[in-house]
Amino acid sequence: MAELLFWPALFAYGEAAVAYFGEARRPGVAGRLATWGVRIGWLAQTTLLALQAARADGFPWESWAGSLNLFVWLVVSVYLIWGCRARFRLLGLVVTPIVAALFALAGFGGGTEIGGHNHYSNLFLVAHVGLVLAAFAGFTVAAALAALYLFQERRLKRHDAAILRVPSPPLAALDALSARMILLALPALTLGIGAGLLRLEERGGDVDALMLFTGVTWLAYGGYLVLRAGAGWRGRRAAFVAIAGFALVIVVRLALTGTHFG
Amino acid sequence: MKLSLVGVSHHHAPVELRERSALSLPEAGALAGELADGREAVVLSTCNRTEIYIAGDDAEEHALEALRVRGGDELAGVAYRLADHAAAVHLFRVAAGLDSLVPGEGEILGQVRAAYEAGEPGPLLNRLFHDALRAGKRARTQTTIGESPASVPAAGAALAQQVFGDLSGRSVLVIGAGSVGQVAARALAGRGARIAAVASRSLERAEELARSFGASAVELRDLRGRLGDIDVVVACTSSPAFLVGRDDVPDRRGRPLFLIDLAVPRDIDPAVNDLEACYVYDIDDLQAVVDATLAGRRREADRAEAIVAEEAERFRAWRASLDVVPTIASLRARAEAIRAAELSKAKLTDSERRAVESITTQILNKLLHLPTIRMKEAAAAADGVLYADAVRHLFGLEDER
Repeated sequence: MAELLFWPALFAYGEAAVAYFGEARRPGVAGRLATWGVRIGWLAQTTLLALQAARADGFPWESWAGSLNLFVWLVVSVYLIWGCRARFRLLGLVVTPIVAALFALAGFGGGTEIGGHNHYSNLFLVAHVGLVLAAFAGFTVAAALAALYLFQERRLKRHDAAILRVPSPPLAALDALSARMILLALPALTLGIGAGLLRLEERGGDVDALMLFTGVTWLAYGGYLVLRAGAGWRGRRAAFVAIAGFALVIVVRLALTGTHFG
Repeated sequence: MKLSLVGVSHHHAPVELRERSALSLPEAGALAGELADGREAVVLSTCNRTEIYIAGDDAEEHALEALRVRGGDELAGVAYRLADHAAAVHLFRVAAGLDSLVPGEGEILGQVRAAYEAGEPGPLLNRLFHDALRAGKRARTQTTIGESPASVPAAGAALAQQVFGDLSGRSVLVIGAGSVGQVAARALAGRGARIAAVASRSLERAEELARSFGASAVELRDLRGRLGDIDVVVACTSSPAFLVGRDDVPDRRGRPLFLIDLAVPRDIDPAVNDLEACYVYDIDDLQAVVDATLAGRRREADRAEAIVAEEAERFRAWRASLDVVPTIASLRARAEAIRAAELSKAKLTDSERRAVESITTQILNKLLHLPTIRMKEAAAAADGVLYADAVRHLFGLEDER
């Protein structure tokens, strides 16, 4: 029965995604409906995750679909830090469709089922999977902030007369928040990769494609921070790098998971 | 007590008539004092309206006479008169900025508060103005009616905020020392920006304006040297050629530069907009932003109207509840008299008397609590007088009327 929580959570995220489009067209009621949709969806998913954790034999998000479920929850949790503020509502326009789609994928892939057992120790999975997913959630929100930056920047360049109709964060805030999010997420990814490498050394095994792309992702975001601090990359250029890094995250999360879980 | 409003505003009176009735805040306070002889009065006077809110008998005629004294029969002829609920709704709409020339303009709420503080309110106008100020505040916090800019310079400042966020500490270069430049500079300074430099063909005029902002004066030929460390440029000269070209902007390593061109012909080459992180807005672009946001203000006005209606209904219910207050007071007095009389007949020790007094007071309070609430509710629903009459009849309170 607890699996049924998947549906209200999915419905709420879906409703939020649609309502954010309404908010972009005509700000007001739609924005509030969207915010409540995200909150309700997050609560339902949190309850689902809590039940999964309580009833599983060990770490319950070992499978790719399970880890996708946890990943979605982390993305929404990070998003909720700003997303409910009226000025940041447009961020939901970018985040909630991704969240709804990935959550649906996680659910239909069996990642929201309750019970079962895993092959790995809790400590390793929390350190490795938990940290890597938390970092990816941070990169996702950073990419959403960067996408919103590019959208707003383009409107400013093109002299869009309606730019002030929907409250949105200033370009400087979007740029700074995106960088701060990456600055927080990269150390988490580093630790997560470190935990994985330790286990690889202990038990042996080959480097697979997912590991390789995770390393490339680390390099991309590391490069982002170096270019920002050293070469003064800000604004559009920085936003493009953040989005390129997110493309790698998508590849790692969706295309290559089959090469890593077993 | 009757509530009346007599006033003139931009809706019906041209500026020649409005200026005759315009009062400074001390004058408005003095007029309220004159009118408040045994009444309550508050006079609200802004550039768009002069309104006298007055509560008391024959109050409306006195208020009209006060307007006639200042503006003659012509002014009295265009004055509007509203009473009770209509007067209250009008004030709530004024406080919410819904009756303003630009819907949602922010100054009116402060002007209503100042008029109230300078006036001579009593119980009725105290409540009316408190509720009106709350309606105005709610309209601004629960809708975005007051957020969008209503003028070209304000639009420029709002767009600069869209780039930089808080303008505190951001430096501004003003090119041209005319009145338009001053207005734009003040709009930016009002949002926290620092006017760092003023450039003009005449260094004297540049220095004059620069002094008022604590800025430095720059000659036009030295503009290029200043564009590296400036965040916002406001240009408004009568120069026939561009003063800022694409080649004048140095490499800023991605730091944004926002340029507001209020001049016709333009002072800033539109090609500057193509440079990375440079945003050039001319007067037509800014006017288009104002027009678009005004449409948004009008939409938000519908939501603000709903807030006004809610607050006006609350005020009406409060006023209606006043109709049953004398009956409630009589009922409580009668009950208390009976309790005291019966208690005085009992032979009790001091401690027993204290205990019985406490118990009987509590019984009375509990017994009368529900009828009191019900009468106030009925008053709000317009049945209050019927209930009050029934209570007076049932408890024999008619002779206390």
